[in-house]
Amino acid sequence: MMDAVGNPQSILLLGGTSEIGLATVEAFATDRPLRVVLAGRASTRLDEARTRLEGRGCAVETLDFDAVAVDTHASVVDKAFASGDVDVTIVAFGLLGDNEEAWTDAAKAVELAQVNYTAAVSVGVLVGDKLKAQGHGSLVALSSVAGERARRSNFVYGSTKAGLDAFYSGLTEALRPSGVTVTVVRPGFVHTKMTEGLKPAPLSTTPEAVAEVIVHAVRVKQELVWAPAPLRFVMSALRHVPRPLFRRLPL
Amino acid sequence: MTSPASETRTLHGWGRTAPTVATVITPRGPDDVAAAITGAGTRGIIARGLGRSYGDPAQNAGGTVLDMTGLSRIHTIDADTGLVDLDAGVSLDTLMRRALPFGLWIPVLPGTRQVTIGGAIGADIHGKAHHVVGSFGNHVVAMTLVLADGSVRELTPEGPDEELFWATVGGMGLTGVVVRATLKLHHVETAYFKVDTEQIGTLDELMRRQTEDDEKYAESVSWFDAVTTGEHFGRGLLTRANHAVLDDLSPKQRRDPLKFDAPQLLTVPDVFPPGMLNRWTGKAFSELWYRKSPTKLGAVQNITQFLHPLDIAGEWNRAYGPRGFLQYQFVVPLDRDDVIREVLSLVTAAGQVSALNVLKRFGEGNRAPLSFPKPGWTLCLDIPIGPGLGELCDELDRVVLDAGGRHYLAKESRTTPEAIRRGYPRLDEWRKVRATVDPEGVFASDMARRLELI
Repeated sequence: MMDAVGNPQSILLLGGTSEIGLATVEAFATDRPLRVVLAGRASTRLDEARTRLEGRGCAVETLDFDAVAVDTHASVVDKAFASGDVDVTIVAFGLLGDNEEAWTDAAKAVELAQVNYTAAVSVGVLVGDKLKAQGHGSLVALSSVAGERARRSNFVYGSTKAGLDAFYSGLTEALRPSGVTVTVVRPGFVHTKMTEGLKPAPLSTTPEAVAEVIVHAVRVKQELVWAPAPLRFVMSALRHVPRPLFRRLPL
Repeated sequence: MTSPASETRTLHGWGRTAPTVATVITPRGPDDVAAAITGAGTRGIIARGLGRSYGDPAQNAGGTVLDMTGLSRIHTIDADTGLVDLDAGVSLDTLMRRALPFGLWIPVLPGTRQVTIGGAIGADIHGKAHHVVGSFGNHVVAMTLVLADGSVRELTPEGPDEELFWATVGGMGLTGVVVRATLKLHHVETAYFKVDTEQIGTLDELMRRQTEDDEKYAESVSWFDAVTTGEHFGRGLLTRANHAVLDDLSPKQRRDPLKFDAPQLLTVPDVFPPGMLNRWTGKAFSELWYRKSPTKLGAVQNITQFLHPLDIAGEWNRAYGPRGFLQYQFVVPLDRDDVIREVLSLVTAAGQVSALNVLKRFGEGNRAPLSFPKPGWTLCLDIPIGPGLGELCDELDRVVLDAGGRHYLAKESRTTPEAIRRGYPRLDEWRKVRATVDPEGVFASDMARRLELI
């Protein structure tokens, strides 16, 4: 159960090696040790994540989870909720892909769409069902500012995040009467393994900073947040820039 | 007969924190209660009274919550013996209005009268008279409990089911649902108090005075200022009283000595932004509160003036704004009065503002394994939810538990299962009694899950 000051007791991280996801779990765990379920593809990185959290006093369980294998999602989510209520669920898996490859190679484009959108929708439905039954809980989905307006340099990824964003924004309303808070998080450029070697965009940030935004959002039940916060106003302006000008912007 | 009203509702405690959603059923009698219990789903069921617990004991996310205020009959009042037989959903306010004309007084009254009998038993509430009369459970002569299998059990404090009786007192509703009880009230001549109010310059002096001569008074409590820094830090008001007798009253008061003089004058609207209580408003409040009560001995005061000034305003918790607030209440042994000072300095150092600080010396506790009061100092702080509060309370937990103290479950909203295990060494004994009557864990609440009580 979440307590009066917003401390959760259990967290499910879908995308168990996500740097933002892990930073968020660690941020919650600084105050109190948690029960953590890490769902991800079995790998040394997943084992390392487990060790790292156990070092912080958390009780960690790992579950084999493959985003593309949509058929297996129901059993993964069942297992994740088998040992008790889950207070916070973070949907953190995703692929960035290479935009030039993705928009010219159908298979690559479909893979991005499946992981970032289809799989996210699938777990959203399944986790939403569990949260509805338990009558409380927080569901955090990692969207992206890339989904707010498609850019030439990043539109395949952006389109998948736009889909995710719309789905979870709607889910926010659908689950509200059941006592569940859904939070859509729109980070800007985050320095992670995913963006290694890419030229950072203005207002770039770190997984730890995004984690802080998420922790606060969960505690005060915000439903839509940007990381860093000023991106909200930047994106709000960018959405209205006329196309001829927008395409000349160095984004 | 139709089935009782049922609806899906978001519930929270008086602190307005951590809301969850449950199916709320309003039973109209013990049969409805039994039917709801046997029909409860896997998330279980819990009884709820008037929702004055600060945290989450009367919530049950995804499960069933019984709104007990539908069981609201007072069956009999015996003016000679002081015995009252009544439903568990009756409030102390209602009981007081009905019993006072017979010259009967509820011996244990907490800071509000908006508490049901069932809630008073479940939290084993205490009041300013604790050092003399003990807690609420001490005055329950009998109660009727509906168990997990829907069966009904009559319990008395020394009867065949005495263990279950005392596990239910302070048991936070987790042993069954109290549907009816018999209480023993006290006889009084008037509804007034003869009050000694003293302004006292320091916290040490405040505690010394309570140690010295509390026994001369039926009621005793102190408030102190934890906001104003510098020389006035810890100044306080010591308010102690005895029930007034007829001779104490003015001729006008004597015309209606048992008058229930406790109006609710306004309801606070739900319009306050967060941050209403800050260092400045807290300071102003503390100054006013201190100044309003100059030292005065032997003043005759009514119920509102002496016992329940906050009951004048309905829904006053709204004034704390949408993020809510918490009450941090603990008790530490008498010889650990240093903890009170340490807690205060930690609160001030953390920059948190607590305007309503109530300090009292408890008398003896009772037999109930989860009853809160035990001989010692109890301090209650009232703090709005904001940054840093969680960390501060965790720090306070360490100090309190290391001193052999514990938390009051009716106020608790954020501690750990470990803290409750340490504070209540008889928790396992209580669990064993519970297991005999609720082996499947039908009774469940958010608090029970959060603090791993069950």
